[in-house]
Amino acid sequence: MSLKIVVLAKQVPDTRNVGKDAMTAEGTVNRAALPAIFNPEDLNALEQALRLKEQHPGTTVGLLTMGPPRAAEIIREGLYRGADTGWLLTDRLFAGADTLATSYALATAIQKIGDVDIVIGGRQAIDGDTAQVGPQVAQKLGLNQVTYAEEILKVENGKATIRRLIDGGVEVVEAPLPLVVTVNGSAAECRPANAKLVMKYKYAACPLEIADDDPRRALRAERNYLNLTQWSVADVDGDASQCGLSGSPTKVKEVQNIVFQAKESKTLTASDQDIDGMIAELLNDKIIG
Amino acid sequence: MNNVFVYIEIEGCEVREVSQELLTKGRKLAGELGVELHAVVIGTGIKGKVEEQILPYGVDKLFLFDAPGLFPYTSAPHTDIVVNLFREEQPQICLMGATVIGRDLGPRVSSSLTSGLTADCTQLEIGPYEDKKSGKTYEQLIYQIRPAFGGNIVATIVNPDHRPQMATVRSGVMQKALYEGACKKEVVYPEVGKYVSPEAFVVKVLDHHVEAAKHNLKGAPIVVAGGYGVGSKEGFDSLFELARVLHGEVGGSRAAVDAGWIDNDRQIGQTGVTVHPKVYIACGISGQIQHIAGMQDSGIIISINSDPDAPINKIADYVITGTVEEVVPKMIKYYRQNSK
Repeated sequence: MSLKIVVLAKQVPDTRNVGKDAMTAEGTVNRAALPAIFNPEDLNALEQALRLKEQHPGTTVGLLTMGPPRAAEIIREGLYRGADTGWLLTDRLFAGADTLATSYALATAIQKIGDVDIVIGGRQAIDGDTAQVGPQVAQKLGLNQVTYAEEILKVENGKATIRRLIDGGVEVVEAPLPLVVTVNGSAAECRPANAKLVMKYKYAACPLEIADDDPRRALRAERNYLNLTQWSVADVDGDASQCGLSGSPTKVKEVQNIVFQAKESKTLTASDQDIDGMIAELLNDKIIG
Repeated sequence: MNNVFVYIEIEGCEVREVSQELLTKGRKLAGELGVELHAVVIGTGIKGKVEEQILPYGVDKLFLFDAPGLFPYTSAPHTDIVVNLFREEQPQICLMGATVIGRDLGPRVSSSLTSGLTADCTQLEIGPYEDKKSGKTYEQLIYQIRPAFGGNIVATIVNPDHRPQMATVRSGVMQKALYEGACKKEVVYPEVGKYVSPEAFVVKVLDHHVEAAKHNLKGAPIVVAGGYGVGSKEGFDSLFELARVLHGEVGGSRAAVDAGWIDNDRQIGQTGVTVHPKVYIACGISGQIQHIAGMQDSGIIISINSDPDAPINKIADYVITGTVEEVVPKMIKYYRQNSK
């Protein structure tokens, strides 16, 4: 059976490699110093989708993302790796969304896409680490969910068999489609970009990315696959009050830059004498031993 | 109405420690708010077997749901029970473990009830809040405090208008303690069929396999932790050796886990294990907030770092400026010599 798969993907600042220049002198986060990347676990999810596409002829894989126009970059990255299409949800009304407002927006877009068999995304995004959006989307759509998936073992007779991680172990579950799956980082890595697909899709863009004097206007008119779908709140028939900041029950009361309570510390070198002295002191004080 | 609820997680008939830790925290919050502490536990064949693992932590009322198909956990039946129970009980706060189950269930419940949920909190406090836009003030909200943005900042989150205010907390972040004070310890056994429909049981668990933990990082008196400065997977060998001679355990920072140098279940920090050892030896760890959140209550902190300005040095009792490669073998050597 052919499947219609939507991959939920997010463009995130690369918080894993935060250097000293990532914080400004005032102690705020300098987003410009952090490269924007494809959320790592969303790539694991894409790989699971692409494997299903190989196993089930006629399957389509589309990437759904929400963000500013530049987030279209991760749709292109998905196309380079083998996805068929993508949708960018972009609108000022989506800004400031917490996980619940985000899941509302994604769920309305998935309804707009229609007849989806599997919605699959990473377990969590590295900028928030909440793992909430997948299950919240599932609940909004009234679908079953399998979180912390490591491998989709098979899909047949309208059911998916999935191996997933649980605390201290593993589980194999069978769940009927349509289904929301979130994929753990321990799942198979995503295949790299395919050179032919890069050639094919490198000029793919959403309308907001295209300048008025775009030199590739004719090319885009000829090759429709270069035109990425871009949706606003109105395009997905969304209720603006449930989107963005106004649709977010959680509010940020304050954000603090951490100032560590400096302790009185002993400063040592790596010399034998210093290390010997420290160990002797710790033993003497019965802290170790 | 308006009470504090804790969702109790079980494996078979055994209550998970994280739930007992949350009961202790929940008891304190309920006390400050002048309300009751309630708990909900859902499983199969648990009646008479789990109550005594729950009530002594200060529970006023326990809702115990026992029916076939409720263990192992699956999303839909547990969601239906919790959502329908909360519709009746209208709690003001709900706490869950930031475990695989809590992180599967919490978002579904919050999505159903349109209530806010904050993941992986490291502190929970009661306090006032003023919404500057609307000018509304709130007397007693729960401050949900967590590192954010990869652990580079700490955010305080509140849910002013939606109930329950929901938060998940990782295992080991709160400390469990039996409650000495008076509480009602009432247990009720609601009829499961009134809360969940048969259609909710469509996901089948074909195989469920849980192993005993391979290590006791959470309870270890001495922790040797390695970060990006360890440099390689092989570099961790000397850390394991140091931990072995000191009778401790080895952990790692997120950077070391991401690099594949150490197993994911040994990650220390907000999104990993929280430790409270007597001695914490940080080897080549710079000290992002998300890491500090998982070890700051350690007794003595020793930091080994080639960068004298590494943030972790500020909270360290001993700062050794040098490479892990050079210092750790010397620590092993002098421990062996001096402890004879």
